[in-house]
Amino acid sequence: MSVAKSHPHDAAALHVAGSARYVDDIPVPAGTLHLAFGLGDVARGRITAMALEDARAAPGVVAVLTAQDLPFANDVSPSNHDEPLLADGALYYLGQPVFLVVATSHRAARVAARKGRVTVQQDTPILTIDDALAADSRFEDGPRVYAKGDVEAALKGAPQRLSGSLEIGGQEHFYLEGQAALALPGEDGDMTVHSSTQHPTEIQHKVAEALGLPMHGVRVETRRMGGGFGGKESQGNALAVACAVAAHQTGRPCKMRYDRDDDMIITGKRHDFRIDYRVGFDTRGRLAAVDFTHYARCGWAMDLSLPVADRAMLHADNAYHLTDVRITSHRLKTNTQSATAFRGFGGPQGIVGIERVMDHVAQHLGLDPLAVRRANSYRDHNRIAPSDPPADVQTTPYHQPVTDCIIEALTDRLRQTSGYDARRAAIAAWNADQPILKRGISLTPVKFGISFTLTHLNQAGALVHVYQDGSIHLNHGGTEMGQGLFQKVAQVAAARFGVPLRAVRITATDTAKVPNTSATAASSGSDLNGMAVQFACDTIRTRMADHLAALHDCAPDSVRFENGMVHLGSDSLSFATAAQACYEGRVSLSSTGFYKTPDIQWDRIKGRGRPFYYFAYGAAVTEVVIDTLTGENRILRADLLHDAGRSLNPALDIGQIEGGYVQGAGWLTTEELVWDDAGALKTHAPATYKIPACSDRPEIFNVALWDQPNPADTVYRSKAVGEPPLMLGISAWSALADAVRACGPGYGDLQAPATAEAVLAAVDRTREQDRR
Amino acid sequence: MHITFMLNGAPVTLADPAPTVTLLDWLREDRGLTGTKEGCNEGDCGACTVMVTDEAGVHPLNACILFLPQLAGKHVTTVEGLAAPDGTRHPVQEAMIAHHGSQCGFCTPGFVMSMATAHLNGDTDHDTVLAGNLCRCTGYAPIIRAAKAVENEAVPAHLLALATATPSEPPEANPAPAAFHQPKTAAALADLYAAHPDATLIAGATDVGLWVTKQLRDLDKVIFLGACADLRGIEQTDTGWRIGAMATIAQVEQALAPHFAALGTLLRRYGSTQVRHAATLGGNIANGSPIGDGSPAMIALGATLHLGHATGAREMPIEEYFVAYGKQDRRPGEFVEAITLPRQADNLHCYKLSKRFDQDISAVCGCLNLPVADGRFGSVRLAFGGMSGTPARAPRAEAALSGAPLSRATVDAAMTALAQDFDPMSDMRASAAYRMQGAQNMLLRAFHTLTGVQTDIHEVHA
Repeated sequence: MSVAKSHPHDAAALHVAGSARYVDDIPVPAGTLHLAFGLGDVARGRITAMALEDARAAPGVVAVLTAQDLPFANDVSPSNHDEPLLADGALYYLGQPVFLVVATSHRAARVAARKGRVTVQQDTPILTIDDALAADSRFEDGPRVYAKGDVEAALKGAPQRLSGSLEIGGQEHFYLEGQAALALPGEDGDMTVHSSTQHPTEIQHKVAEALGLPMHGVRVETRRMGGGFGGKESQGNALAVACAVAAHQTGRPCKMRYDRDDDMIITGKRHDFRIDYRVGFDTRGRLAAVDFTHYARCGWAMDLSLPVADRAMLHADNAYHLTDVRITSHRLKTNTQSATAFRGFGGPQGIVGIERVMDHVAQHLGLDPLAVRRANSYRDHNRIAPSDPPADVQTTPYHQPVTDCIIEALTDRLRQTSGYDARRAAIAAWNADQPILKRGISLTPVKFGISFTLTHLNQAGALVHVYQDGSIHLNHGGTEMGQGLFQKVAQVAAARFGVPLRAVRITATDTAKVPNTSATAASSGSDLNGMAVQFACDTIRTRMADHLAALHDCAPDSVRFENGMVHLGSDSLSFATAAQACYEGRVSLSSTGFYKTPDIQWDRIKGRGRPFYYFAYGAAVTEVVIDTLTGENRILRADLLHDAGRSLNPALDIGQIEGGYVQGAGWLTTEELVWDDAGALKTHAPATYKIPACSDRPEIFNVALWDQPNPADTVYRSKAVGEPPLMLGISAWSALADAVRACGPGYGDLQAPATAEAVLAAVDRTREQDRR
Repeated sequence: MHITFMLNGAPVTLADPAPTVTLLDWLREDRGLTGTKEGCNEGDCGACTVMVTDEAGVHPLNACILFLPQLAGKHVTTVEGLAAPDGTRHPVQEAMIAHHGSQCGFCTPGFVMSMATAHLNGDTDHDTVLAGNLCRCTGYAPIIRAAKAVENEAVPAHLLALATATPSEPPEANPAPAAFHQPKTAAALADLYAAHPDATLIAGATDVGLWVTKQLRDLDKVIFLGACADLRGIEQTDTGWRIGAMATIAQVEQALAPHFAALGTLLRRYGSTQVRHAATLGGNIANGSPIGDGSPAMIALGATLHLGHATGAREMPIEEYFVAYGKQDRRPGEFVEAITLPRQADNLHCYKLSKRFDQDISAVCGCLNLPVADGRFGSVRLAFGGMSGTPARAPRAEAALSGAPLSRATVDAAMTALAQDFDPMSDMRASAAYRMQGAQNMLLRAFHTLTGVQTDIHEVHA
């Protein structure tokens, strides 16, 4: 069977040959035009005049468009209709697109885009969390609050209490392929768009609005992205709409790709957060109560900030059973890039908050942080005594029972395989002898909720054809951004028909084949699309079985599809022969498939319900060393154990886990976004924004799958694996805090990202105890 | 002016190419070779890596900041030319598939080209080879597995032939007025530059490339230095070294690392493998950046800068070249001809502080020349980048150390004095306070190193 096997990525052979096509690689018709945005250079103000003559006169320029030139909707928001494609009178962040240059080459468009002059009546921008709080600048009327138990009473009654505040920086996606789109005008006003997007249906929707067309007038195709990570869930809308509008106006194909600096200046990033906490606990470190306040800097437009901030709240517990808990979440509107989806979608920030609490409590009590973590862990489902009242024993802060927990067993196994206890002792001894260098180690768990919290998004469609030669055409609503979704889903299709994987042809995501799709996001790709494909295949397989069983005089339910053959009682046909026979028997060999996640319901205002179909679990042990003279640091070793259910493709899942860990560790260490006092992003290129490089990966890097079937009825009992491993990287940050703890008696209060500068500041704080 | 080079084994002649069209744009837009990707357009991500063969060997270079005239007489191999003529994949390509080394695939052609070049050169220092190739998906582990798996595989014949091929000579200059010049000697350059002092000199283009790709400048008068044979090369003499202005950082690293270990370690972190094979020490010094890593090292080693000009050469201690931020002591028509370096015992300590260890620009680069004899510091030279508007010495800290006992008290005094030497700025790389504390602690780190205390996080292993 083709599932549970480590097939390479479906396009691996094309990747290594340079023949995998991305949007900018698609051969374009003669006369194709190229686009670039002219950007505003103040963070907040009113546009009082625009002088675009020089831009229009620049070589190669065909047109320069402003908001007034747009024929229909001027909106590229995925949520709230608050995001004009081109600024309409007001500027809300530094780097906002103001006008659109259409030119004969990419460079000509970029050159001309810098020749426009926009005069602005400036206002004082709201840039920081404190600015926004002072101005009461926010989305939604006030903070959201989710609560369970009585946090104030429990805090009051707790034997010990601590409080703290943690700044958590944002993160640039740094997909290697920048945002890109190509629009090809068709006959009768139709438009075909190739977009590097995680959400072709939304591109279709926004393009249709911008052209005043029904959605049937727009077809969007996405073969692959050169990385997405959430950054192409909504941020591709502007380019696709710009291309479509310009193509509509000029009648010529139009292409747009952001130069890297423009990409980083224009598009949204991971939300930066401040998390304040008050915690009560006993001498073992068992929490009696915790009160979190989240401040999310959402930027200028709503985009996806509400569900991001919700998911941060929904992960404030991570893998810990909190009895009396309150999470208050402020969604702050600032004159900065509109923060957007990024792998984990708020979950990582929420988890960092509780992991900081664990480390702070452990430091305060002089305990091994792992002891505190275990004292607070959710219990494994098979360790809960039957006599315990199941509903109350462990629910999340949003009142969802945790019934599939495996974190205790998983943590125990990792603790043993990583040699955590012996290494912790060895590190303590080593540190005692080292005046300058200090090592640290930490084990952190992950529990991540799987499902879109906007419940209606949990649906997917597929379209499968079996041709008369037995070859299979596969299509579904998911998009390929490197995660290997297409291959995993093809493995499902091959398994359903019992054919070799090569019999299944993967095709580009296409809104004309599968309509009304959700974004490939929330780690849902294989869960949703795999099931939809399974259903489509099974529909065809049932028709084939019925027909062939009648021909061969056997029971339809005895027909087996295996190893490229169809077994019918004592007869066997090749799958191709069987397909031919079904075709000649006038059997439909094409089917759609549809899946919706069962058993979920959620009230995001009350903070009650079952938003998640199941949880994915994992844990990581990271060891680091720091230099107390400069704060420079390195990851020495990482051991990861992650739950992908019964993996559809272990190699691809391990790839997600390794890559997610490094991306998460990068977020919390070297990846620092810096804005100046005027609101200009100063880290807008890889020269200044530092994602992990090759030598930043752990020197020893052990990765294993938990590999037990998902108790929930998912496709082949696999689990979602896209986002959860990113949060394994939190162990690197926690290990740095552990190394800092070894530097002096004081509390280091390490912030995030833990750049060398931040580590050194924390080291110094541990030694300032006497002065405080 | 025509230029001729080899592209994937076939000759290409371009008549009067625009001098600042990059190889990347030309490959993708004119030749339809879209395997080479644009990730950043500034030489920091490696997605555009190609293999270039010249008289000095086979190198990986970033095509996004490589101008077509720089290729004259060289061989260029892109990802489309990596497989054998019969279509057999390169061992690196096979290994990347087998070890799941690609996910989104966009960085993959660049990785494959860096890996194939290293494989051809027998270079198995994979972290160094790949420091200039960014991958956002894999976390690099499977890529390293792939690189290790092919270490002992044979180099494909068609690439081996490339490595030993003699590149064609650059054609003679076309007498017609051209958009650019490529003088073949320093003397010719001197005359040309004296006549056109407003021209832009282009050596490796790792900085000027960004003027074109990011600042979108049109450079209407450019002189490429790549054909000046007498500006290349590193000469070892009885008294020291003479480094031609066009010696690449890679060549400097190779020549000087055996003599100054810390300089080797520092230059290993200069840009990336791709950048070090394009960038020149002359260019790094000439442009006067306050944060270039070459200058502090040369200052600490007491190097002399030699400037050429049609009317006569000048020389000066290298630190005197840097007058102020953005201002150097270079007169119209003058160009960097060479750097000379006195032979000396290796007392050099180099420390580079940056957010990321590899391929990052220094927040602070400290190069400390600390001779010690009989328990006392000799005459020390301390040079820093990132601490002021120019690379500069630290006279007060030098005074505190020179001749003083090798003791913590001496170093403490020097650290205090250093605060009088510099008043650094805050920017996106570091705060002023961190720069100062880091620079001061570099003195302390050197002291600990001299007294046998472990201070290098890279010597620690789990």
